[in-house]
Amino acid sequence: MSDTAQQTGLAGASPAKPTRREIYEASVRRRSNRIALFSTLSVIVAIVLLIPLAPGWEAVQRSFFNGRVFAATFPGLAEAFLLNVMIFAWSAPLIALTGLAIALCRDARAPALFPLRMFGVAYTDIFRGLPVVLVIYIVGFGIPGLGLPRPWNSPYIWGTLALVLVYSAYVAEVIRSGIDSIHQSQRSAAASLGLSDGDTMRFVVLPQAIRNVVPANMNLFIALQKDVALLSFIGPVEIFRQAGVYKSLYANFTPYVGAALIFLALTVPATRYADYLMNKQNKQRS
Amino acid sequence: MNAKLSLRGVRKRFGDLEVCKGIDLDVAEGEMVCLIGSSGSGKSTLLRCMNLLEPIDDGEIWLDGVDIAEPGLDPQPIRQRIGIVFQSYNLFPHMSAVENVMLAPRRTKGLSRADLMPRISQLFEKFGLADRMQHFPDQLSGGQQQRVAIIRALAMEPEMMLFDEITSALDPELVGEVLDVLRELRQQGMTMVLATHEMGFARELADKVCFLDAGMILEQAPAEQLFSAPKEERTKAFLARVL
Repeated sequence: MSDTAQQTGLAGASPAKPTRREIYEASVRRRSNRIALFSTLSVIVAIVLLIPLAPGWEAVQRSFFNGRVFAATFPGLAEAFLLNVMIFAWSAPLIALTGLAIALCRDARAPALFPLRMFGVAYTDIFRGLPVVLVIYIVGFGIPGLGLPRPWNSPYIWGTLALVLVYSAYVAEVIRSGIDSIHQSQRSAAASLGLSDGDTMRFVVLPQAIRNVVPANMNLFIALQKDVALLSFIGPVEIFRQAGVYKSLYANFTPYVGAALIFLALTVPATRYADYLMNKQNKQRS
Repeated sequence: MNAKLSLRGVRKRFGDLEVCKGIDLDVAEGEMVCLIGSSGSGKSTLLRCMNLLEPIDDGEIWLDGVDIAEPGLDPQPIRQRIGIVFQSYNLFPHMSAVENVMLAPRRTKGLSRADLMPRISQLFEKFGLADRMQHFPDQLSGGQQQRVAIIRALAMEPEMMLFDEITSALDPELVGEVLDVLRELRQQGMTMVLATHEMGFARELADKVCFLDAGMILEQAPAEQLFSAPKEERTKAFLARVL
Protein backbone atom coordinates (compact mmCIF):
# COMPACT_ATOMS: atom_id res chain seq x y z
CA MET A 1 0.00 0.00 0.00
CA SER A 2 2.76 2.42 0.99
CA ASP A 3 4.64 1.28 -2.14
CA THR A 4 1.98 2.44 -4.51
CA ALA A 5 1.61 5.68 -2.60
CA GLN A 6 5.34 6.30 -3.01
CA GLN A 7 5.28 5.50 -6.70
CA THR A 8 2.42 7.82 -7.49
CA GLY A 9 4.14 10.46 -5.37
CA LEU A 10 7.32 10.17 -7.44
CA ALA A 11 5.49 10.00 -10.74
CA GLY A 12 3.53 13.07 -9.83
CA ALA A 13 6.59 15.07 -8.79
CA SER A 14 8.90 14.65 -11.82
CA PRO A 15 6.99 16.44 -14.61
CA ALA A 16 6.11 19.37 -12.35
CA LYS A 17 8.17 22.57 -12.28
CA PRO A 18 11.39 22.19 -10.20
CA THR A 19 11.01 23.56 -6.71
CA ARG A 20 13.18 26.29 -5.22
CA ARG A 21 15.14 23.63 -3.34
CA GLU A 22 15.71 21.49 -6.46
CA ILE A 23 17.06 24.46 -8.42
CA TYR A 24 19.43 25.32 -5.57
CA GLU A 25 20.63 21.72 -5.18
CA ALA A 26 21.24 21.41 -8.93
CA SER A 27 23.42 24.52 -8.92
CA VAL A 28 25.40 23.25 -5.92
CA ARG A 29 25.90 19.93 -7.70
CA ARG A 30 27.14 21.62 -10.92
CA ARG A 31 29.57 23.73 -8.94
CA SER A 32 31.08 20.78 -7.02
CA ASN A 33 31.39 18.80 -10.26
CA ARG A 34 33.33 21.67 -11.85
CA ILE A 35 35.67 21.91 -8.85
CA ALA A 36 36.25 18.13 -8.78
CA LEU A 37 37.03 18.07 -12.51
CA PHE A 38 39.47 20.99 -12.24
CA SER A 39 41.37 19.55 -9.25
CA THR A 40 41.61 16.08 -10.84
CA LEU A 41 42.98 17.51 -14.08
CA SER A 42 45.55 19.62 -12.22
CA VAL A 43 46.84 16.58 -10.33
CA ILE A 44 47.14 14.52 -13.54
CA VAL A 45 48.92 17.33 -15.37
CA ALA A 46 51.29 17.77 -12.44
CA ILE A 47 52.16 14.06 -12.40
CA VAL A 48 52.67 13.84 -16.16
CA LEU A 49 54.82 16.98 -16.26
CA LEU A 50 56.77 16.63 -13.02
CA ILE A 51 57.76 12.96 -12.77
CA PRO A 52 59.72 12.93 -16.06
CA LEU A 53 61.74 15.86 -14.66
CA ALA A 54 63.22 13.55 -11.96
CA PRO A 55 66.90 12.78 -12.68
CA GLY A 56 66.44 9.00 -12.71
CA TRP A 57 63.28 8.97 -14.83
CA GLU A 58 65.03 7.80 -18.00
CA ALA A 59 66.52 4.76 -16.24
CA VAL A 60 63.28 3.93 -14.42
CA GLN A 61 61.33 4.15 -17.62
CA ARG A 62 63.74 1.82 -19.37
CA SER A 63 63.78 -0.83 -16.64
CA PHE A 64 60.16 -0.72 -15.42
CA PHE A 65 58.09 0.46 -18.35
CA ASN A 66 59.76 -1.20 -21.30
CA GLY A 67 57.12 -1.86 -23.96
CA ARG A 68 59.16 -4.49 -25.81
CA VAL A 69 59.83 -6.56 -22.67
CA PHE A 70 56.21 -6.10 -21.61
CA ALA A 71 54.90 -7.49 -24.89
CA ALA A 72 57.33 -10.41 -24.79
CA THR A 73 56.59 -11.48 -21.21
CA PHE A 74 52.93 -10.66 -20.70
CA PRO A 75 51.48 -13.88 -22.23
CA GLY A 76 53.84 -16.02 -20.14
CA LEU A 77 52.87 -14.12 -17.01
CA ALA A 78 49.18 -14.49 -17.75
CA GLU A 79 49.69 -18.22 -18.18
CA ALA A 80 51.58 -18.46 -14.88
CA PHE A 81 48.75 -16.55 -13.25
CA LEU A 82 46.43 -19.46 -14.05
CA LEU A 83 48.39 -21.41 -11.44
CA ASN A 84 47.62 -18.70 -8.86
CA VAL A 85 43.96 -18.92 -9.75
CA MET A 86 44.02 -22.69 -9.44
CA ILE A 87 45.73 -22.66 -6.04
CA PHE A 88 43.20 -20.03 -4.96
CA ALA A 89 40.31 -22.06 -6.33
CA TRP A 90 41.09 -25.15 -4.30
CA SER A 91 42.27 -23.28 -1.18
CA ALA A 92 39.22 -21.01 -0.84
CA PRO A 93 36.58 -23.71 -0.20
CA LEU A 94 38.94 -25.56 2.15
CA ILE A 95 39.50 -22.32 4.06
CA ALA A 96 35.79 -21.55 4.25
CA LEU A 97 34.96 -25.02 5.61
CA THR A 98 37.87 -25.11 8.07
CA GLY A 99 37.07 -21.58 9.24
CA LEU A 100 33.45 -22.52 9.87
CA ALA A 101 34.50 -25.65 11.78
CA ILE A 102 36.93 -23.67 13.95
CA ALA A 103 34.31 -20.99 14.63
CA LEU A 104 31.86 -23.67 15.78
CA CYS A 105 34.56 -25.25 17.95
CA ARG A 106 35.08 -21.94 19.73
CA ASP A 107 31.35 -21.66 20.27
CA ALA A 108 30.91 -25.16 21.73
CA ARG A 109 29.33 -24.89 25.16
CA ALA A 110 28.86 -28.47 26.33
CA PRO A 111 31.47 -29.43 28.96
CA ALA A 112 32.39 -32.58 27.02
CA LEU A 113 33.41 -30.36 24.12
CA PHE A 114 35.74 -28.23 26.25
CA PRO A 115 38.86 -29.65 24.53
CA LEU A 116 37.38 -28.61 21.16
CA ARG A 117 36.85 -25.13 22.47
CA MET A 118 40.40 -24.90 23.76
CA PHE A 119 41.62 -26.17 20.40
CA GLY A 120 39.64 -23.45 18.63
CA VAL A 121 41.09 -20.75 20.85
CA ALA A 122 44.66 -22.02 20.48
CA TYR A 123 44.28 -22.43 16.72
CA THR A 124 43.06 -18.90 16.09
CA ASP A 125 45.61 -17.40 18.50
CA ILE A 126 48.54 -19.21 16.91
CA PHE A 127 47.73 -18.81 13.25
CA ARG A 128 46.61 -15.22 13.45
CA GLY A 129 49.82 -14.46 15.32
CA LEU A 130 52.21 -15.75 12.65
CA PRO A 131 53.27 -14.14 9.36
CA VAL A 132 51.91 -16.12 6.42
CA VAL A 133 55.31 -16.49 4.86
CA LEU A 134 56.71 -18.05 8.05
CA VAL A 135 53.96 -20.69 8.15
CA ILE A 136 54.59 -21.43 4.47
CA TYR A 137 58.30 -21.96 5.15
CA ILE A 138 57.79 -24.11 8.24
CA VAL A 139 55.02 -26.27 6.78
CA GLY A 140 56.30 -26.24 3.21
CA PHE A 141 59.87 -27.23 4.01
CA GLY A 142 59.30 -28.96 7.33
CA ILE A 143 56.73 -31.59 6.47
CA PRO A 144 58.26 -32.80 3.17
CA GLY A 145 61.52 -32.95 5.14
CA LEU A 146 60.08 -35.98 6.93
CA GLY A 147 61.05 -37.88 3.77
CA LEU A 148 57.55 -38.47 2.46
CA PRO A 149 57.27 -40.36 -0.85
CA ARG A 150 55.84 -38.76 -3.97
CA PRO A 151 53.28 -37.25 -4.36
CA TRP A 152 53.16 -36.44 -0.64
CA ASN A 153 56.21 -34.22 -0.81
CA SER A 154 54.53 -31.82 -3.24
CA PRO A 155 54.88 -28.15 -2.34
CA TYR A 156 51.34 -27.67 -3.67
CA ILE A 157 49.88 -29.82 -0.89
CA TRP A 158 51.88 -28.31 1.93
CA GLY A 159 51.72 -24.78 0.57
CA THR A 160 47.97 -25.10 0.38
CA LEU A 161 47.89 -26.44 3.93
CA ALA A 162 49.85 -23.41 5.11
CA LEU A 163 47.40 -21.02 3.45
CA VAL A 164 44.44 -22.95 4.88
CA LEU A 165 45.91 -22.87 8.39
CA VAL A 166 46.46 -19.12 8.42
CA TYR A 167 43.42 -17.94 6.51
CA SER A 168 40.93 -20.26 8.20
CA ALA A 169 41.97 -18.72 11.53
CA TYR A 170 40.93 -15.30 10.22
CA VAL A 171 37.76 -16.61 8.59
CA ALA A 172 36.85 -18.36 11.87
CA GLU A 173 37.12 -15.08 13.76
CA VAL A 174 35.00 -13.27 11.19
CA ILE A 175 32.32 -15.98 11.33
CA ARG A 176 32.40 -15.92 15.11
CA SER A 177 31.85 -12.17 15.13
CA GLY A 178 28.91 -12.82 12.79
CA ILE A 179 27.50 -15.38 15.23
CA ASP A 180 27.89 -12.91 18.10
CA SER A 181 26.12 -10.23 16.05
CA ILE A 182 22.86 -12.20 15.93
CA HIS A 183 20.59 -10.76 18.59
CA GLN A 184 19.81 -12.84 21.64
CA SER A 185 16.09 -12.49 20.88
CA GLN A 186 16.55 -14.77 17.85
CA ARG A 187 17.93 -17.51 20.08
CA SER A 188 15.12 -16.87 22.56
CA ALA A 189 12.53 -17.22 19.84
CA ALA A 190 14.08 -20.48 18.66
CA ALA A 191 14.35 -21.83 22.19
CA SER A 192 10.76 -20.88 22.98
CA LEU A 193 9.61 -23.05 20.08
CA GLY A 194 11.45 -25.98 21.61
CA LEU A 195 14.28 -26.13 19.08
CA SER A 196 17.50 -27.74 20.31
CA ASP A 197 20.71 -25.70 20.61
CA GLY A 198 22.13 -27.45 17.57
CA ASP A 199 19.06 -26.74 15.43
CA THR A 200 19.00 -23.15 16.66
CA MET A 201 22.58 -22.68 15.50
CA ARG A 202 22.08 -24.49 12.20
CA PHE A 203 18.76 -23.05 11.08
CA VAL A 204 18.46 -19.72 12.86
CA VAL A 205 21.84 -18.27 13.85
CA LEU A 206 24.33 -19.50 11.25
CA PRO A 207 22.37 -18.61 8.08
CA GLN A 208 22.00 -15.04 9.31
CA ALA A 209 25.54 -14.84 10.68
CA ILE A 210 27.14 -16.05 7.45
CA ARG A 211 25.08 -13.67 5.36
CA ASN A 212 26.23 -10.80 7.59
CA VAL A 213 29.91 -11.61 7.19
CA VAL A 214 30.03 -12.22 3.43
CA PRO A 215 31.57 -8.79 2.69
CA ALA A 216 34.18 -9.15 5.44
CA ASN A 217 35.12 -12.60 4.16
CA MET A 218 35.31 -11.27 0.59
CA ASN A 219 38.08 -8.98 1.78
CA LEU A 220 39.93 -11.92 3.28
CA PHE A 221 39.68 -13.87 0.06
CA ILE A 222 41.02 -10.91 -1.91
CA ALA A 223 44.01 -10.89 0.45
CA LEU A 224 44.34 -14.64 -0.09
CA GLN A 225 44.50 -14.16 -3.86
CA LYS A 226 47.54 -11.96 -3.34
CA ASP A 227 49.18 -14.20 -0.75
CA VAL A 228 49.08 -17.20 -3.10
CA ALA A 229 52.19 -15.55 -4.59
CA LEU A 230 54.05 -16.39 -1.37
CA LEU A 231 53.96 -20.09 -2.29
CA SER A 232 56.62 -19.26 -4.88
CA PHE A 233 59.11 -19.34 -1.99
CA ILE A 234 58.71 -23.10 -1.66
CA GLY A 235 58.69 -23.98 -5.34
CA PRO A 236 55.60 -23.48 -7.50
CA VAL A 237 56.34 -21.26 -10.52
CA GLU A 238 53.36 -19.00 -10.26
CA ILE A 239 53.18 -15.47 -11.61
CA PHE A 240 55.53 -13.81 -9.10
CA ARG A 241 58.19 -16.46 -9.59
CA GLN A 242 57.69 -16.36 -13.37
CA ALA A 243 58.15 -12.58 -13.30
CA GLY A 244 61.41 -13.12 -11.44
CA VAL A 245 62.54 -15.56 -14.11
CA TYR A 246 61.76 -13.03 -16.86
CA LYS A 247 63.47 -10.29 -14.89
CA SER A 248 66.71 -12.26 -14.88
CA LEU A 249 66.27 -13.25 -18.52
CA TYR A 250 65.74 -9.71 -19.82
CA ALA A 251 67.66 -7.91 -17.04
CA ASN A 252 64.57 -5.72 -16.76
CA PHE A 253 61.91 -5.09 -14.11
CA THR A 254 58.97 -4.63 -16.49
CA PRO A 255 57.64 -8.21 -15.87
CA TYR A 256 56.92 -7.19 -12.26
CA VAL A 257 54.81 -4.29 -13.49
CA GLY A 258 53.04 -6.72 -15.83
CA ALA A 259 52.39 -9.08 -12.92
CA ALA A 260 51.06 -6.18 -10.85
CA LEU A 261 48.63 -5.24 -13.63
CA ILE A 262 47.38 -8.83 -13.85
CA PHE A 263 46.77 -8.94 -10.10
CA LEU A 264 44.93 -5.63 -10.21
CA ALA A 265 42.75 -6.82 -13.09
CA LEU A 266 41.36 -9.43 -10.71
CA THR A 267 41.54 -7.79 -7.30
CA VAL A 268 40.16 -4.34 -8.17
CA PRO A 269 36.80 -5.63 -9.48
CA ALA A 270 36.65 -8.06 -6.55
CA THR A 271 37.31 -5.24 -4.08
CA ARG A 272 34.70 -3.03 -5.71
CA TYR A 273 32.22 -5.87 -5.50
CA ALA A 274 33.00 -6.43 -1.81
CA ASP A 275 32.49 -2.70 -1.14
CA TYR A 276 29.23 -2.80 -3.05
CA LEU A 277 28.01 -5.71 -0.90
CA MET A 278 29.11 -3.92 2.25
CA ASN A 279 27.28 -0.72 1.28
CA LYS A 280 24.17 -2.64 0.36
CA GLN A 281 24.21 -4.32 3.76
CA ASN A 282 24.72 -1.03 5.61
CA LYS A 283 21.78 0.46 3.77
CA GLN A 284 19.58 -2.50 4.65
CA ARG A 285 20.44 -2.12 8.31
CA SER A 286 19.70 1.58 8.56
CA MET B 1 -9.85 -25.78 40.82
CA ASN B 2 -7.85 -27.71 38.27
CA ALA B 3 -4.92 -25.39 37.69
CA LYS B 4 -3.14 -25.80 34.38
CA LEU B 5 -0.20 -23.77 35.62
CA SER B 6 0.60 -22.87 39.22
CA LEU B 7 3.38 -20.63 40.41
CA ARG B 8 4.46 -20.89 44.03
CA GLY B 9 6.93 -18.44 45.56
CA VAL B 10 8.71 -17.78 42.27
CA ARG B 11 11.83 -15.68 42.68
CA LYS B 12 14.13 -14.40 39.98
CA ARG B 13 17.04 -12.05 40.28
CA PHE B 14 19.38 -10.50 37.73
CA GLY B 15 22.54 -9.68 39.65
CA ASP B 16 21.53 -7.39 42.49
CA LEU B 17 18.10 -6.71 41.07
CA GLU B 18 15.33 -8.99 42.28
CA VAL B 19 12.73 -8.93 39.51
CA CYS B 20 10.25 -11.47 40.91
CA LYS B 21 9.90 -11.45 44.67
CA GLY B 22 7.92 -14.57 45.47
CA ILE B 23 5.06 -14.82 43.00
CA ASP B 24 2.04 -17.07 43.53
CA LEU B 25 -0.34 -17.44 40.62
CA ASP B 26 -2.83 -20.01 39.38
CA VAL B 27 -3.97 -20.27 35.78
CA ALA B 28 -6.90 -22.62 35.24
CA GLU B 29 -7.46 -24.64 32.08
CA GLY B 30 -9.06 -22.38 29.46
CA GLU B 31 -8.57 -19.28 31.56
CA MET B 32 -7.23 -15.96 30.33
CA VAL B 33 -5.09 -14.10 32.85
CA CYS B 34 -3.79 -10.59 32.26
CA LEU B 35 -0.73 -9.16 33.97
CA ILE B 36 -0.77 -5.39 34.21
CA GLY B 37 1.64 -2.94 35.82
CA SER B 38 4.15 -0.32 34.85
CA SER B 39 7.31 -1.09 32.86
CA GLY B 40 9.89 -2.85 34.99
CA SER B 41 7.32 -4.35 37.34
CA GLY B 42 8.39 -7.86 36.29
CA LYS B 43 5.63 -8.87 33.87
CA SER B 44 7.92 -9.93 31.01
CA THR B 45 10.36 -11.74 33.25
CA LEU B 46 7.52 -13.65 34.88
CA LEU B 47 6.29 -14.81 31.47
CA ARG B 48 9.80 -15.83 30.41
CA CYS B 49 10.12 -17.83 33.63
CA MET B 50 6.88 -19.67 32.92
CA ASN B 51 8.24 -21.36 29.80
CA LEU B 52 11.75 -21.70 31.22
CA LEU B 53 13.43 -19.14 28.99
CA GLU B 54 14.75 -17.79 32.29
CA PRO B 55 15.67 -20.29 35.01
CA ILE B 56 14.09 -19.24 38.30
CA ASP B 57 16.16 -18.89 41.45
CA ASP B 58 13.59 -20.21 43.89
CA GLY B 59 10.02 -21.45 43.99
CA GLU B 60 7.98 -23.96 42.02
CA ILE B 61 6.17 -23.92 38.69
CA TRP B 62 3.60 -26.69 38.34
CA LEU B 63 2.39 -27.60 34.88
CA ASP B 64 -0.31 -30.29 34.94
CA GLY B 65 0.92 -31.42 38.34
CA VAL B 66 4.61 -31.61 37.43
CA ASP B 67 7.12 -29.16 38.85
CA ILE B 68 8.87 -27.91 35.71
CA ALA B 69 11.20 -25.64 37.72
CA GLU B 70 13.05 -28.74 38.92
CA PRO B 71 16.72 -27.94 38.27
CA GLY B 72 18.27 -30.19 35.64
CA LEU B 73 14.99 -30.83 33.85
CA ASP B 74 15.29 -30.68 30.05
CA PRO B 75 13.44 -27.47 29.14
CA GLN B 76 12.95 -28.36 25.47
CA PRO B 77 9.85 -30.57 25.71
CA ILE B 78 8.29 -28.14 28.20
CA ARG B 79 8.78 -25.18 25.88
CA GLN B 80 7.12 -27.13 23.10
CA ARG B 81 4.00 -27.27 25.27
CA ILE B 82 3.93 -23.57 26.20
CA GLY B 83 3.97 -21.10 23.30
CA ILE B 84 5.19 -17.53 23.74
CA VAL B 85 4.88 -14.46 21.53
CA PHE B 86 7.19 -11.49 22.05
CA GLN B 87 6.72 -7.75 21.83
CA SER B 88 9.29 -7.48 19.02
CA TYR B 89 7.88 -10.44 16.98
CA ASN B 90 11.34 -12.07 16.71
CA LEU B 91 10.55 -13.69 13.39
CA PHE B 92 13.53 -15.26 11.62
CA PRO B 93 14.32 -12.62 8.98
CA HIS B 94 15.97 -15.04 6.52
CA MET B 95 12.90 -17.26 6.17
CA SER B 96 9.54 -16.71 4.55
CA ALA B 97 6.49 -16.54 6.79
CA VAL B 98 5.54 -20.15 6.13
CA GLU B 99 9.12 -21.38 6.72
CA ASN B 100 9.18 -19.48 10.00
CA VAL B 101 6.08 -21.36 11.03
CA MET B 102 7.20 -24.79 9.80
CA LEU B 103 10.75 -24.87 11.18
CA ALA B 104 9.98 -25.96 14.74
CA PRO B 105 7.33 -28.62 13.96
CA ARG B 106 9.55 -30.03 11.23
CA ARG B 107 12.60 -30.29 13.46
CA THR B 108 11.01 -31.27 16.76
CA LYS B 109 8.15 -33.47 15.59
CA GLY B 110 9.74 -34.89 12.47
CA LEU B 111 6.86 -33.76 10.26
CA SER B 112 7.42 -32.96 6.60
CA ARG B 113 6.34 -29.77 4.87
CA ALA B 114 3.66 -31.76 3.08
CA ASP B 115 2.35 -33.15 6.40
CA LEU B 116 2.15 -29.67 7.86
CA MET B 117 0.88 -27.73 4.89
CA PRO B 118 -2.89 -28.34 5.24
CA ARG B 119 -3.03 -27.36 8.91
CA ILE B 120 -0.66 -24.41 8.54
CA SER B 121 -2.29 -22.90 5.50
CA GLN B 122 -5.55 -23.16 7.45
CA LEU B 123 -4.00 -21.12 10.26
CA PHE B 124 -2.76 -18.48 7.82
CA GLU B 125 -6.18 -18.34 6.27
CA LYS B 126 -7.95 -18.03 9.59
CA PHE B 127 -5.81 -15.07 10.61
CA GLY B 128 -6.18 -13.33 7.26
CA LEU B 129 -2.67 -14.00 5.96
CA ALA B 130 -3.36 -16.60 3.26
CA ASP B 131 -1.75 -14.37 0.60
CA ARG B 132 1.29 -13.59 2.76
CA MET B 133 2.67 -17.08 3.35
CA GLN B 134 5.60 -16.71 0.97
CA HIS B 135 6.47 -13.18 2.09
CA PHE B 136 9.57 -12.46 4.13
CA PRO B 137 9.22 -10.66 7.48
CA ASP B 138 10.55 -7.36 6.11
CA GLN B 139 7.82 -7.40 3.47
CA LEU B 140 5.10 -7.54 6.13
CA SER B 141 3.62 -4.84 8.34
CA GLY B 142 4.12 -5.00 12.08
CA GLY B 143 0.62 -6.33 12.62
CA GLN B 144 1.13 -9.00 9.98
CA GLN B 145 4.50 -9.99 11.45
CA GLN B 146 2.97 -10.31 14.87
CA ARG B 147 0.18 -12.50 13.52
CA VAL B 148 2.79 -14.72 11.82
CA ALA B 149 4.59 -14.96 15.16
CA ILE B 150 1.35 -16.10 16.78
CA ILE B 151 0.79 -18.67 14.04
CA ARG B 152 4.38 -19.84 14.51
CA ALA B 153 3.72 -20.48 18.19
CA LEU B 154 0.34 -22.11 17.51
CA ALA B 155 1.84 -24.45 14.90
CA MET B 156 3.52 -26.33 17.75
CA GLU B 157 -0.01 -27.03 19.07
CA PRO B 158 0.86 -25.73 22.53
CA GLU B 159 -1.33 -26.44 25.54
CA MET B 160 -1.18 -22.81 26.60
CA MET B 161 0.07 -19.50 25.27
CA LEU B 162 2.01 -16.59 26.79
CA PHE B 163 1.85 -13.14 25.22
CA ASP B 164 4.43 -10.54 26.18
CA GLU B 165 3.04 -7.08 25.37
CA ILE B 166 2.49 -8.20 21.82
CA THR B 167 0.78 -4.99 20.70
CA SER B 168 3.19 -2.53 22.33
CA ALA B 169 5.42 -2.15 19.27
CA LEU B 170 2.51 -1.71 16.85
CA ASP B 171 0.99 1.41 15.35
CA PRO B 172 -2.38 2.05 16.98
CA GLU B 173 -4.22 1.21 13.75
CA LEU B 174 -2.60 -2.24 13.66
CA VAL B 175 -3.34 -3.16 17.27
CA GLY B 176 -6.91 -4.17 16.46
CA GLU B 177 -5.99 -6.91 14.00
CA VAL B 178 -3.72 -8.58 16.56
CA LEU B 179 -6.25 -8.29 19.39
CA ASP B 180 -8.79 -9.94 17.09
CA VAL B 181 -6.51 -12.96 16.91
CA LEU B 182 -6.47 -13.13 20.70
CA ARG B 183 -10.27 -12.91 20.78
CA GLU B 184 -10.40 -15.82 18.38
CA LEU B 185 -8.06 -17.89 20.57
CA ARG B 186 -10.09 -17.00 23.63
CA GLN B 187 -13.19 -18.31 21.91
CA GLN B 188 -11.45 -21.60 21.19
CA GLY B 189 -10.73 -21.95 24.89
CA MET B 190 -6.95 -21.54 24.75
CA THR B 191 -5.33 -21.09 28.16
CA MET B 192 -3.52 -17.74 27.99
CA VAL B 193 -1.40 -15.43 30.10
CA LEU B 194 -0.88 -11.91 28.75
CA ALA B 195 1.33 -9.10 29.86
CA THR B 196 -0.46 -6.10 28.43
CA HIS B 197 -1.01 -2.38 28.45
CA GLU B 198 -4.35 -2.74 26.64
CA MET B 199 -6.57 -2.11 29.65
CA GLY B 200 -9.81 -2.04 27.69
CA PHE B 201 -8.98 -5.39 26.17
CA ALA B 202 -8.04 -6.89 29.53
CA ARG B 203 -11.25 -5.66 31.06
CA GLU B 204 -13.32 -7.03 28.21
CA LEU B 205 -11.85 -10.52 27.95
CA ALA B 206 -9.74 -11.50 30.95
CA ASP B 207 -11.03 -13.88 33.59
CA LYS B 208 -8.51 -12.61 36.04
CA VAL B 209 -6.27 -9.56 36.16
CA CYS B 210 -3.10 -9.34 38.24
CA PHE B 211 -1.52 -6.03 39.11
CA LEU B 212 2.25 -6.37 39.42
CA ASP B 213 4.29 -3.82 41.29
CA ALA B 214 8.02 -4.05 41.98
CA GLY B 215 8.20 -7.79 41.38
CA MET B 216 5.13 -8.78 43.38
CA ILE B 217 1.49 -9.46 42.57
CA LEU B 218 -0.05 -6.70 44.63
CA GLU B 219 -3.61 -7.46 43.78
CA GLN B 220 -5.43 -10.08 41.72
CA ALA B 221 -9.14 -10.20 41.05
CA PRO B 222 -11.72 -10.88 38.36
CA ALA B 223 -11.28 -8.26 35.65
CA GLU B 224 -14.42 -6.25 36.31
CA GLN B 225 -13.73 -6.09 40.02
CA LEU B 226 -10.10 -5.02 39.68
CA PHE B 227 -10.90 -2.25 37.24
CA SER B 228 -14.03 -0.91 38.93
CA ALA B 229 -13.14 -1.44 42.58
CA PRO B 230 -9.39 -1.84 43.11
CA LYS B 231 -8.49 -2.37 46.75
CA GLU B 232 -4.85 -1.33 46.88
CA GLU B 233 -3.78 2.32 46.75
CA ARG B 234 -1.03 1.60 44.22
CA THR B 235 -3.46 -0.21 41.94
CA LYS B 236 -5.76 2.78 42.07
CA ALA B 237 -2.90 5.14 41.31
CA PHE B 238 -1.74 3.00 38.38
CA LEU B 239 -5.22 2.68 36.91
CA ALA B 240 -5.76 6.41 37.30
CA ARG B 241 -2.63 7.01 35.25
CA VAL B 242 -3.41 4.59 32.41
CA LEU B 243 -7.19 4.74 32.05
